[in-house]
Amino acid sequence: MGEQAQILPGTLDLLILKAVSLGPLHGYGILLRIGQISGSALEIEQGALYPALFRLVRQGLLKANWGTSENNRKAKFYELTAGGRKRLREEEDGWNRLAAAMAAALSARPEEI
Amino acid sequence: MRLPSYLRSVAGRFLRREDVAEEMEQELRAHIALRADDLEREGMPRAQAERRARVEFGARERYKEECHQASGGTGIESLFKDVRYAFRMLRKSPGFTLVAIVTLALGIGANAIVFSLLNALVLRPVNVPHGGELYEIEQGRDHAPSQSYADYLDLRDRNKSFDGLAAYEIDKAGLDIDGTPAQTFFYEASGNYFDVLGVKPYLGRFFHAEDEHGYNSAPYLVLSYSLWQTRFHADRNIAGRVVLVNKFAYTVLGVAPPDFRGTELFFAPAFWAPMVDDEQLNGFNTLPNRGNRGKWLVGPLKPGVTPAQATADLNSVAAYLAKTYPSDDDGMSFALTKPGLVGDMLGAPVHAFVAGLMLLSGLILLAACANLGSLFSARAADRWREVALRLALGSTRARILRQLLTEAVLVSLGGATAGIAGSIVLLRWLSAWQPIPDVPVNAPVNPDLSTYAVAVLLALISGLLFGIVPVRQVLHAHPYQAIKAGSNTLAASRRVTLRDVLLALQIAVCAVLVTSSLVAVRGMIRSLQSNFGFDPHDAMQVNTDIDMGGYKLEQRPAMQRRLLDAVSAIPGVTAAGYTDRIPLNIGWSDSYIYADSTTDYKPSNIAADAMDYSVSPGYFEAAGTALRAGRTISWDDSKDAPMAAVVNQEFARKLFGREQNAMGGHFKIWGGKRVQVVGIVEDGKYKTLSEDPQPAVFFSILQAPSSDTWFIVRSSRGTGELGPAIERTLSGMNTGLPFIISTWDRELGTALFAARAASLALGVLGALGAMLALTGIFGLGAYTVSRRLRELGIRIALGARRKQVLRAALGRVFRLLAIGSAAGLVLGLAATRLLSFIVYQASPRDPFVLAGVVATMLLLGLLAAWVPAMRALRADPMLLLREE
Repeated sequence: MGEQAQILPGTLDLLILKAVSLGPLHGYGILLRIGQISGSALEIEQGALYPALFRLVRQGLLKANWGTSENNRKAKFYELTAGGRKRLREEEDGWNRLAAAMAAALSARPEEI
Repeated sequence: MRLPSYLRSVAGRFLRREDVAEEMEQELRAHIALRADDLEREGMPRAQAERRARVEFGARERYKEECHQASGGTGIESLFKDVRYAFRMLRKSPGFTLVAIVTLALGIGANAIVFSLLNALVLRPVNVPHGGELYEIEQGRDHAPSQSYADYLDLRDRNKSFDGLAAYEIDKAGLDIDGTPAQTFFYEASGNYFDVLGVKPYLGRFFHAEDEHGYNSAPYLVLSYSLWQTRFHADRNIAGRVVLVNKFAYTVLGVAPPDFRGTELFFAPAFWAPMVDDEQLNGFNTLPNRGNRGKWLVGPLKPGVTPAQATADLNSVAAYLAKTYPSDDDGMSFALTKPGLVGDMLGAPVHAFVAGLMLLSGLILLAACANLGSLFSARAADRWREVALRLALGSTRARILRQLLTEAVLVSLGGATAGIAGSIVLLRWLSAWQPIPDVPVNAPVNPDLSTYAVAVLLALISGLLFGIVPVRQVLHAHPYQAIKAGSNTLAASRRVTLRDVLLALQIAVCAVLVTSSLVAVRGMIRSLQSNFGFDPHDAMQVNTDIDMGGYKLEQRPAMQRRLLDAVSAIPGVTAAGYTDRIPLNIGWSDSYIYADSTTDYKPSNIAADAMDYSVSPGYFEAAGTALRAGRTISWDDSKDAPMAAVVNQEFARKLFGREQNAMGGHFKIWGGKRVQVVGIVEDGKYKTLSEDPQPAVFFSILQAPSSDTWFIVRSSRGTGELGPAIERTLSGMNTGLPFIISTWDRELGTALFAARAASLALGVLGALGAMLALTGIFGLGAYTVSRRLRELGIRIALGARRKQVLRAALGRVFRLLAIGSAAGLVLGLAATRLLSFIVYQASPRDPFVLAGVVATMLLLGLLAAWVPAMRALRADPMLLLREE
């Protein structure tokens, strides 16, 4: 496992939406997916995921259904709603703009000013 | 999220709360199982994998809580959970809960009762439409509410501020419904009385200003609802019925509504009759005499007129009166006050008394809060492990605090419920209480909505107050340390803790209460032992009013003489006499006295305002009033003889400088009549027990006649036999007069009523204070001993003596007791200065009181510490060591 970064406040929701957008997942699955797509670079305490999931469900961005996992355990599966999909796009755009701006700002050299 | 869907989500979750919690639990369990599966696949044994999965998951309880909040189940739902949990915790320690609830019930109950008094006597206006806008006119000089009828007419017609001005007076007459006259108290009221107040009849009609056509022109009655119920069997065709009042025929016009009790709070009249009939109702006509003041005036101010403007307006009328009628109204001025308590005459002392009670009952509640604060703090310390465990499982401190506060508020609401229930019972009883025999004096103090609201508010405030005490403990709780050490109390036992301060505070408050109640009781005992100027023991008194039998003015002295002779002839009677009124009873009469040299009888030349009585020969002997010089009234002091009077010592000193100069001297009364002093009697009490020495003058009842007659009969055979003998004798004479016969001791209850009520109230509050001190000391003592039982056991095992064990166990409690008592005693002595307004001779520097307080507090301390001390002495080291 490489070096881990503390997750920024407010970014957990975006990560969850992104993870779920690739297909319905249960809570543990979401954690694994985030680990996978971030190259295990982001650390989340496992329990901390759930309050965020409940919040997103309440905001109408996710919906949940009980199903069966690949190793035959009963688990709750989350997927994006239409609203969730829209929100994900907005947040992605926002992040990309912010990230580009931050990268540009941090890579500025004296001669460019 | 929009509001409706939010509400639905909250409501839905609230209703399916169990399901949601269950679902959440399942989901978290699934997570841990899935994680454990992965770990197992990596080669870890199952049991180890599961443990690892749980650790990785983190603070499960906290996340569950956060999930709850995230899914909208915050406010109501978690409150509901808190309440349920609090109930469970309280049920687990019933002793603690009971003590806490009883303590608070006492505190809240006392406050609810006192607030009801305040509400009924001070805050709530007289019960008429727009009662809050009514004002009573009193004299500016001495704040006496009494005005003369002639002045009333001028005030009514000349003022520009009142929207109608009514006059009324409490009087009594012989009401004859079925052949036997009965003494009945009623209002003489001006014709416009009901119209000014805006009261509507329950049945029939009221009398109006148009019904008056000069003196004795309006023979009408309006019945009170209760008289109509009790004496007229609620006859709906009552209007038009003729009854006899003092043998004069009066027609019943109608019935007043049930909740209308007239315009005085303490006094409910049986009926209302027009004031213009004063001569028939009262025996003689007081209306034309401008100096005869006894009417009380009330009315609402016109819209937009302020009380200050109205006072100025009234005083311009006063200036006119002073100029036009200087002999009666010289120096006249008026002021406004609120009606209901005889103006400021009763109003001022009642307000002072209720304010004092408010203060003391507030202190009771404060003491109860301090008591509960230390109880809760001790409990929080005992629940250290629970708190630590919850913190370790991820509960937030805020959540735990809220839990503790919920418990406190729950206890305080329980206490409030019990307190309100108790106060309702007591207030019902107080409202029905008629403290003075034969006189319809009582005060309805039933609780209303505002009482309940105040009680609940106080309960919530005190719940938060004592619930907050353990906050610091919880904030400083550290789960790891708590679990490791198991107990944190030994370390803190040397420092002064919050609990110590609370106990000292509570004991101080209780000492204040005990001090004031002892001062009150002491004052009461003293007032009973003081010299009244007469001897009420072994004496009967018979009250009648000659004009209730319809006797003419000139027949009355002969009738009174006949009755006196009959009573004197009863075997065993040693002395008998009569007077127009007895001292220390409701109502009195005073006369302006002028020096013999005075020729201008204006108010500024008054030499003394003396209590006046008209007495028969034999009165002083019967009353047991000691003659200091000269002679008493004799039958020779008749109508045609020169005016003679017996005066008291204070009168003699005031008019003649020295007692010795008074004998044979002259003074003048209203109208310039010369009176000679023929005797001097000892000083006495006339209006109240706590009054300063008052000048008093006793005229011959033959020269200053009165139809109101009080016979005083003294016997060597005891009052038990005398009463029936008097009754037989008088009823055998067929006079047609109503007689009220009782012992003088009983009648004296009237004068002692205020002091008795005050002593009772203060005594009860003192007892409450003592109980709180008892539980407080017991609580802390028991707690200290139980915390240190092991240490005490070891001390005993090492050979400590009983005294040393006790000192170790309870020394601290007794030090606190001493400090608190001393502080409370000092404060209490300062407070009793306030009490001296109500309680007779309430002297704070009374050795009896000082010793009493010290002894009481010491006794309370010993009593409360007894059980914990016994437990400390019985600490068995072996048993204790085995336990741990």
